[in-house]
Amino acid sequence: MTLRSSPPAIRGFHPGFSWMRVFAMVRRYWFLLRSSWPRVLDLIYWPTVQMCMWGLLQTYLGSQGGVLARTGQTFIGAVMLWDTLFRGQLGFSISFLEEMYSRNLSNLLISPLRPMEFVTSLTIMSVIRLAVGMVPVTILAIVFFGFNLWGLGLALAAFFVNLMLTAWAVGIFVSGLLLRHGLGAENTAWSIMFIFLPLTCVYYPVATLPAWLQGVAWCLPPTYVFEGMRALLLDQVFRADLMIEAFAINLIAFCAAIWAFLAFLESSRKAGSLLSGGE
Amino acid sequence: MPDTPALAVENLVKDYPGGRAVAGISFALPAGTITGLLGGNGAGKTTTIAMIMGLVSPTSGTIRILGHSMPRERYRILHRMNFESPYVEMPHRLTIRQNLDVFARLYGVSDIAGRIAQLAEELDLREILDRPAGKLSAGQKTRVSLAKALINDPEVLLLDEPTASLDPDTADWIRGRLERLRETHGVTMLIASHNMAEVERLCERVIMMKKGTIVDDGSPEALIARYGRSNMEEVFLDVARGRGVAERLS
Repeated sequence: MTLRSSPPAIRGFHPGFSWMRVFAMVRRYWFLLRSSWPRVLDLIYWPTVQMCMWGLLQTYLGSQGGVLARTGQTFIGAVMLWDTLFRGQLGFSISFLEEMYSRNLSNLLISPLRPMEFVTSLTIMSVIRLAVGMVPVTILAIVFFGFNLWGLGLALAAFFVNLMLTAWAVGIFVSGLLLRHGLGAENTAWSIMFIFLPLTCVYYPVATLPAWLQGVAWCLPPTYVFEGMRALLLDQVFRADLMIEAFAINLIAFCAAIWAFLAFLESSRKAGSLLSGGE
Repeated sequence: MPDTPALAVENLVKDYPGGRAVAGISFALPAGTITGLLGGNGAGKTTTIAMIMGLVSPTSGTIRILGHSMPRERYRILHRMNFESPYVEMPHRLTIRQNLDVFARLYGVSDIAGRIAQLAEELDLREILDRPAGKLSAGQKTRVSLAKALINDPEVLLLDEPTASLDPDTADWIRGRLERLRETHGVTMLIASHNMAEVERLCERVIMMKKGTIVDDGSPEALIARYGRSNMEEVFLDVARGRGVAERLS
């Protein structure tokens, strides 16, 4: 018996980076998402509750006048941008966790799927999950509170790109941790982003932090976005400088996260932890 | 490449912090053959198969599959091999058709609908193709897992206890399919199994492992004759309990 030249069924195989494999994975996550309406509902539920709570608070503070009213003007915008960051990371990590819950990771890692194709599919899926969850919320914000996030135009695009880059960087890093340490690291996926809530000054200016903590805050790209949002909503000034600085830090963070993911994957192969299927 | 083995392993070693799982094993499998990898729990079978698939990195040694080095050239060979195990599952909420469709795209199958239909016919899956993967019996799950493993028409197929937890009738059906696969497609198979009847029926060669090393290697008939036993189960017990050939014959 001699070796076959190539198996007949796989003439469509592409040896380099393949968008076909990326979209195969996106297709899989889309099938998973639409197979469970409670999961779809869950994507919309919490952002809606958050937006309503902060919107009502903003309405109350607005009726009080003075400094409080000025501060409160940014709450709905802040909560929606925060949810973009939080849900962006969660959307990435949950898709990855689905593979671990279904003990399917080994099937993927022995297939021709490359790590970068896997990561790309997770980033696309995080945008889809985010859109499913956040677009209805932005419409409700217009209807109930007269706040039009889409009216921010190009500034919104700059905020969005920076927040998603941070969300993906954190999501990629957490997925690497999950690969290496299995579901023992699951809680990190759900909670890691909360450290950003006080440090990136979502609801208050950076100047509120103690001086030593301000240095830490300025190392985190979302801080620039939330400061930029306040400048836009309160002073009607778009701070392009802040967006460029955030983008630069994000690029470094994104590359570092990819490097960490590949290092965790290699470490898992050495430690044999992929054999346990995420247990 | 008439003389190139489909799979060749040389001086393969895997060390974990807790000890040595595989201790310098070597073997080569000619194309189109079925070989059994036998051994008790902790013998190193699963680690060996995982290294061949690229899921675990070897500490030292070489693996060549279809003429390419694993793991260095993994993306030149992964599309030409596949793996089946009842312990690796697929997303439960996806239907069988959806699961197979995704894997077909990952492996670059050109006629996806045709390939799924063909496998459904061969593995008797037509009636369950649109059922969620989580709602299958053990026998159906094994057939689906086998369909996933055959989706790319692999040249090298690794199987980890392919008939574990199946009733005798279903297990016999699966073995029949594997035999046909070898005859019709010339697939090279390496089977880790604890089922000695299965090994006797399917494998022309058996590699016996214990504590990470190969302790014996030969056809089932040759091993049975060498140990002076009547079947592979007795040979397995001799090897597992440390009763060597010399001791048996003395």
